[in-house]
Amino acid sequence: MKNNYDLVIIGGGPAGLAAALSAYDNGAKDILIIERENRTGGILNQCIHNGFGLTRFKESLSGPEYAARFKTEVNKRGIEILTETTVLGFNKDKIVTATSPVYGIFTVQAKAIILAMGCRERSRGALNIPGSRPAGIYSAGTAQKYVNVKGYMPGKEVVILGSGDIGLIMARRMTLEGAKVHAVCEIMPYSSGLKRNIVQCLDDFGIPLYLNHTITEIRGEGRVTGVTISQVDEFKRPIPNTEKSFNCDTVLFSVGLIPENELAKSAGVPLSARTRGAIVYQNRETLTSGVFACGNALQVHDLVDFVSDEAELAGRSAAEYIIKGATIHDAFDCENGANINYVLPQKIDKNASENVKLFFRVSNTFRNCTIKAVCGDKVIATKKRLIATPGEMETLIIPTEKLKEINGTLTLSLEVNE
Amino acid sequence: MEKILLTCVECPMGCQIQVEVEKGEVLSVTGNTCPRGKLYAQNEIKCPMRVLTTTVKTYDGKMVAVKTDKPVKRESMLSLMKKINAITIDLPVKIGDIIIENLEGDANLIATDDLQ
Amino acid sequence: MFDIAVIGGGVIGGTILRELTKYQLNVCVLESCDDVSMGQSKANSGIVHAGYDAKPNSLKAKFNVLGNKMMSAYASELGVKYKNNGSLVLAFSEEDLTVLEELKTRGETNGVERLSIIDRAELNRLEPNVSDNAVGALYAPTGGIICPYELTIASIGNAMDNGAKLYCNFEVASAKKLENGYEIISTDGNKVSAKIVINCAGINSGKVASIFGDDTLNIKGRKGEYILLDRESGDFVSHTLFCTPSKAGKGILVTQTVDGNILLGPTATEVENPAPVTTAQGLAFVVDKVKSMCKNPPLFNSITSFAGVRAYSDKGDFIIEKSAIAENLINVAGIESPGLTSAPAIAKFVAEEIVAKMTSLVKNEKFNGKRTPDYFFKNLSIEEKNELIKKDSTYGKIICRCEGITEGEIIRAVRENPKAMTIDAVKRRTRAGMGRCQGGFCQPHVAEIIAREHNIAYEKVQKGGKNSTLLVGKVK
Repeated sequence: MKNNYDLVIIGGGPAGLAAALSAYDNGAKDILIIERENRTGGILNQCIHNGFGLTRFKESLSGPEYAARFKTEVNKRGIEILTETTVLGFNKDKIVTATSPVYGIFTVQAKAIILAMGCRERSRGALNIPGSRPAGIYSAGTAQKYVNVKGYMPGKEVVILGSGDIGLIMARRMTLEGAKVHAVCEIMPYSSGLKRNIVQCLDDFGIPLYLNHTITEIRGEGRVTGVTISQVDEFKRPIPNTEKSFNCDTVLFSVGLIPENELAKSAGVPLSARTRGAIVYQNRETLTSGVFACGNALQVHDLVDFVSDEAELAGRSAAEYIIKGATIHDAFDCENGANINYVLPQKIDKNASENVKLFFRVSNTFRNCTIKAVCGDKVIATKKRLIATPGEMETLIIPTEKLKEINGTLTLSLEVNE
Repeated sequence: MEKILLTCVECPMGCQIQVEVEKGEVLSVTGNTCPRGKLYAQNEIKCPMRVLTTTVKTYDGKMVAVKTDKPVKRESMLSLMKKINAITIDLPVKIGDIIIENLEGDANLIATDDLQ
Repeated sequence: MFDIAVIGGGVIGGTILRELTKYQLNVCVLESCDDVSMGQSKANSGIVHAGYDAKPNSLKAKFNVLGNKMMSAYASELGVKYKNNGSLVLAFSEEDLTVLEELKTRGETNGVERLSIIDRAELNRLEPNVSDNAVGALYAPTGGIICPYELTIASIGNAMDNGAKLYCNFEVASAKKLENGYEIISTDGNKVSAKIVINCAGINSGKVASIFGDDTLNIKGRKGEYILLDRESGDFVSHTLFCTPSKAGKGILVTQTVDGNILLGPTATEVENPAPVTTAQGLAFVVDKVKSMCKNPPLFNSITSFAGVRAYSDKGDFIIEKSAIAENLINVAGIESPGLTSAPAIAKFVAEEIVAKMTSLVKNEKFNGKRTPDYFFKNLSIEEKNELIKKDSTYGKIICRCEGITEGEIIRAVRENPKAMTIDAVKRRTRAGMGRCQGGFCQPHVAEIIAREHNIAYEKVQKGGKNSTLLVGKVK
């Protein structure tokens, strides 16, 4: 290990690996990847189900297989990786402080930094579900780690709150390993998971999905003994006399993911309250010059294929920064308007040399609608959708030649067609 | 004639497919956006097939991720799990190594992770 | 045979135990749970009260004011975090202001120093996030905050370092009178004999007293529910904010904790069943009240909610006395708020004024009151940390990413007095698992360390509490 690198990448998951490859192939070859676990691959290592890589590799891979494609390429290029090493912080001068059992606490000087820390799961505490606090309550990802990596069963009788993909995947996984999944509850009127996972993880095994339901009580002293679920009204308030009770020893939570950005925050990198990731330009540079962000640390993606795409963009931009020097930004803002939860990037350079793909999520389920990017009364781009749901990330392309027409804030909104 | 609505599980798009069936025979498939969807719909009517992903235990206690290299019968997944959970293997394994040959028909169980 | 057995490893039992190790006494503590600090010392507000609340001339008033004055030095000797952040009692009406005047007078009678009534402008300067409806406040600069379980663990750990014995999972079932004391028998049939018994059993102190033949204690439970916010919002308030007390009670508070979180609560409901469960109504009540006290409270940053059951006696005051009925039994019961504040003063009083009259106290010259805190690593310089990592590389490996806790710190908590045997016990000592992900990432690693250090099977590791195994067995 040296004490200075052109590029330091924080996180060796799918985003970090793809960013490293792309930076290397675009000419920035002096790279250090810092990974806190004992192997790279991030959360993919425990995602043993298939369905990864369909857009990128045109085949259905398991998580470890998808990660291996990138690991192999990273190894071929001899890119340096430090595992079991946790970044403690970095500053605006791009001095990164980290700790490892081998090197102790050390610093490295970088020219550019890529933030690829991934995300964490929302926990029960974030929802304030009433009841006791016994053993047997896990986030779906923690249960996944116990089952797939450690080889232990967290429980035999399961109720799952939240129909995010990890929750659905774990419903099937626990069933295959002999557990009984009694119910999956979703507080929204729709599932936030992929449709295919409803079919192959729940329907295939006859696991009921209760939409518009939440857990209203958790019981048990030492270990969970049961839960009560209730139907909710349009304001998400439990409706009296709709309670159903289940005896179970395990409750899994799959209630959303939050980008991990404590490092970015303490380094003073401005964050978006909407995405909880950094505010970025279209090249994935944050408002702190030379610091880039990508993957689930920037915005929570549905598919790892899109994480890889975004990481490649960040890697390419970081290489350009290292080789050509800092970009002087002349940008306009991009904001979410009606029926849109967030839009990314939040800033777009007027002279961007490529088409800009906007990523966004809609705020509810809409049928037969039009998405519009508008500046003042000028319509810059539109897209019609038969159905748009918050569970699926949407995109809209702003062609380069249109960028020059934008002289103010670009607002993205959704209108339901008459 | 019977009309059946399916959600394709072949890829994350989850196409809504309409199948027309008469006496167990598929007459038409619409709504799919790729050939995989058509095949999926045909199988789904006759005999639903799934790729099974799980783990296999090793002698030193680690778990190795595995999958079937071809879809297996949906109905046989739980019985195949019993077969898979009965075995213990040695490390190292590499992605693609055959763990159980001809697990069902000509579908093999193969490793999907490199583990030392 | 022990000279003294303390029943109950909470903050009262713990501080008394430690006080007793200052003398040449053979002492032990009997704890019914699998760790110390599992009753009301685990889940309360953690406030070092100034002392304006209690009725003048009550034991509460006396020990509150004394304890408040002792706390800073007491905590610092044990390496326990303590912050003198000051308390504010908010008034929302002219009527409230009248009550605050009464409180101020009462506090001054009790011996509380530097109390003042501040106006809206001053309140705004001290706490900009207080609701615009507040008209003034009683300011008590001597108010402070401390972590109740940290204080309990440190007191008992230090007492153990000085020779005291801890028996966990020892739930007192019966007692046999001996010629010179008692034989105490647990529900599992384990036996401990002691000449003097000090009953600090919290919610169970009435039951424990009657096991020794004293039926005079009438102890009830009052449940309080809390919501804890992430450290990200830790600067929302800096003082402890109370409502003006009314007939309905002290109401809820909004405070920073010594670890930099924001704590909201508690409710106050009389309960028959002492199970610390939260309820939808309770948590909603806390949320509503906090919204009325503060502007835009960052409730989105909630990381957990919990409940605690506080024991109180029908006498309305602390009970700290030698039993009039059972020989060689001392009852320290009904220690509700301001019990945490009072603990060091109560401990001193019990040793010097009660025990001293029952047995001769000879100073223990070897007593060392200092304890290396469980968070010592955080306070080292980078050079010192690296020195340590060179000797023990586990201090270089972060296990809990949210709180930045290393493997070395967890191993230490598992080995040091009082040894952490469970996930929750590690959490209370090191804060591993107490951050924003609530153990989602670190729990499997912490379980591994516990299994390895205590030489138990991975699937036998407990979360904390009876029959609280994390896992039900191997997958295959």
